[in-house]
Amino acid sequence: MSTLAIDKAGPSRKVKYGSMSRDRAWALRWSYFFLTLFAIFSLVPPIYMLITSLKSSAEISAATNPWWVFHPTLSNYLELLTSNQFLRFFWNSACVAVIVVTITMLISVPAAFALSRMKFWGSATLATGVFLTYLIPDSLLFLPLFKMFAVFSDWTGIRLINKWYVLLFLYPTLTVPFCTWIMIGYFASIPKELDEAAIIDGASWFQTLTRIFIPVALPGLIAATIFAFTVSWAQFLYPLVFTTSTDQLVMPVGIITTLIKGDVFNWGQIMTGALLGAAPPLLIYAFLMDYYIAGLTAGATKG
Amino acid sequence: MAEVSLREVVKRYDEVEAVRGIDLDIADHEFVVLVGPSGCGKSTTLRMIAGLEDITGGDIAIGGDVVNDVPPKDRDIAMVFQNYALYPHMTVAENMSFGLRLKHYPKAEIKSRVAEAARMLDITDLIDRKPKQLSGGQRQRVAMGRAIVRNPKVFLFDEPLSNLDAKLRVQMRIEIKKVHQKVRTTTVYVTHDQVEAMTLADRVVVMNKGRIEQIGTPNELYHHPATRFVAGFIGSPAMNFVPCRLEEAGGKLNVRVTDRLAFALPPARAARYANAPRNEKLLLGIRPEHLSEANGHAAPGVENFETVLDVTEPMGMETLVYFTLQGTQVCGRVNPSAGARDGAPLRLAVDLNNMHLLNEGTGAVL
Repeated sequence: MSTLAIDKAGPSRKVKYGSMSRDRAWALRWSYFFLTLFAIFSLVPPIYMLITSLKSSAEISAATNPWWVFHPTLSNYLELLTSNQFLRFFWNSACVAVIVVTITMLISVPAAFALSRMKFWGSATLATGVFLTYLIPDSLLFLPLFKMFAVFSDWTGIRLINKWYVLLFLYPTLTVPFCTWIMIGYFASIPKELDEAAIIDGASWFQTLTRIFIPVALPGLIAATIFAFTVSWAQFLYPLVFTTSTDQLVMPVGIITTLIKGDVFNWGQIMTGALLGAAPPLLIYAFLMDYYIAGLTAGATKG
Repeated sequence: MAEVSLREVVKRYDEVEAVRGIDLDIADHEFVVLVGPSGCGKSTTLRMIAGLEDITGGDIAIGGDVVNDVPPKDRDIAMVFQNYALYPHMTVAENMSFGLRLKHYPKAEIKSRVAEAARMLDITDLIDRKPKQLSGGQRQRVAMGRAIVRNPKVFLFDEPLSNLDAKLRVQMRIEIKKVHQKVRTTTVYVTHDQVEAMTLADRVVVMNKGRIEQIGTPNELYHHPATRFVAGFIGSPAMNFVPCRLEEAGGKLNVRVTDRLAFALPPARAARYANAPRNEKLLLGIRPEHLSEANGHAAPGVENFETVLDVTEPMGMETLVYFTLQGTQVCGRVNPSAGARDGAPLRLAVDLNNMHLLNEGTGAVL
């Protein structure tokens, strides 16, 4: 909202009204300066990736200007998109991400509702506990997890390691705590009278959640979905550790293990793969951004 | 339709006792207002009737059935909240029909009930709008509509007008009264605004510090307050309390305010205070409307006296005058043409037919 107001006020502020407008002008200049700096900082890597992906291997290794494409070619794209291996990685990644997002939402939304609204003994401690769980890094977790699955396999004979679907058990350890935490925050911002009104109207807890809380906290739900999707799409350590066969790999690990052969880096295809890999999250952001920004709680109470 | 009764109802939060054993009987069709300062336990009481708060002790009965352990949805009540609590993602019609839809009423009946309530509240044109497209007053109408369509046994209002501006509040007050005249549902209404309480209620329950100070019709509370709290709370500007003593002189009862100022009590009041303690510290309670400019012909029980005004507040139809008596600020209401000016002397008349005497220590009205 605030950036919107600044944009609108911008042009009319050329008229000088006094020190307030001068302060404002300076504040705007500094914001634009840092925003530009930030934009350059975050846009240079993808632009470099795009440039490199359009070059042939020969041009990449030639000592020409690295920021310009002299002989643009789509060969990297054609090769990757026609290779069964790459499509397999893409498919594995997509399956993992979609299923993990679904699992995460099915767990964290009811959990957040319970923790934020159904005051029960120890709910506050549990809520903090959920967040603390998120603070344990995956680099610490992967060893005990690996051991766990190995023991599980010994006991039951069910081998999950080196299957793509082992990731469905692993990623929620990262996504569920954080998404629950986000949703607790969103649910907490919904006025208490809204669920009281629903309860008096005759709604059960479940109906209050599905018919009031989820629609009202949709922006939060979308934020959590985006987070869960990004984490499961981009996760590197777990698939690197838990999957090794080429047909079980997901994209980030697949690109690295198949396109780097010994000390030979196939830069053109690595960059192309990375760009294609970045496309789905980008598209999802673009589609969900409008919902994300729209403040749906407006009008519920006095406001 | 149902009566509501509270027996020895107590609410305790850890160490704090928010409601300290109250008894209240609300008749069928009655409009009862719980009024009091913030923290007096009025909202807690309402929420206990609604079932949104557990009760620590005592019994609450709706329509003769004790509902202590009955969940809110089975108590057949409807509640209107201070901040409206409309569902922001639903249209006005959906907001109003939510409760009926949850109970799987036939669609045709839902439609006719919503249309009827919308017509009653004059919001038929807004039926397809979302709450954020409505003004505060319209939102409050929708919140009332949501309560009306359910056709419950009891309406509960929790400070429904506090978020509206002064003008709209007056308008909605009348609206609420009209709705009650039509639907005649038993209503419990909570407010901190004594004007709302006086104008809306069949009976007013004045609460203070978790207890009921007095229950009565608006007129009873105004004319016969039981305690200093009620006397000071009901009426605006508030009743003046001036330190005084009762003294007997020549077989007559006088109320002495200062060495030079004493008023002779009219016979009715003298009889009432015949057994009151003499020469003890008391308070003279007199409402501003019973302190006006002196005019030529003295009525029985009206005594004149001279004072110097501190401040005057012209209100248009009247002027409020403030002066000091025995170290307390006293307010009177005079005619705008009485010539009241800041710092100027003025001859005032006090109507002792409407005076009260209070025990300074206990606050009880004698």
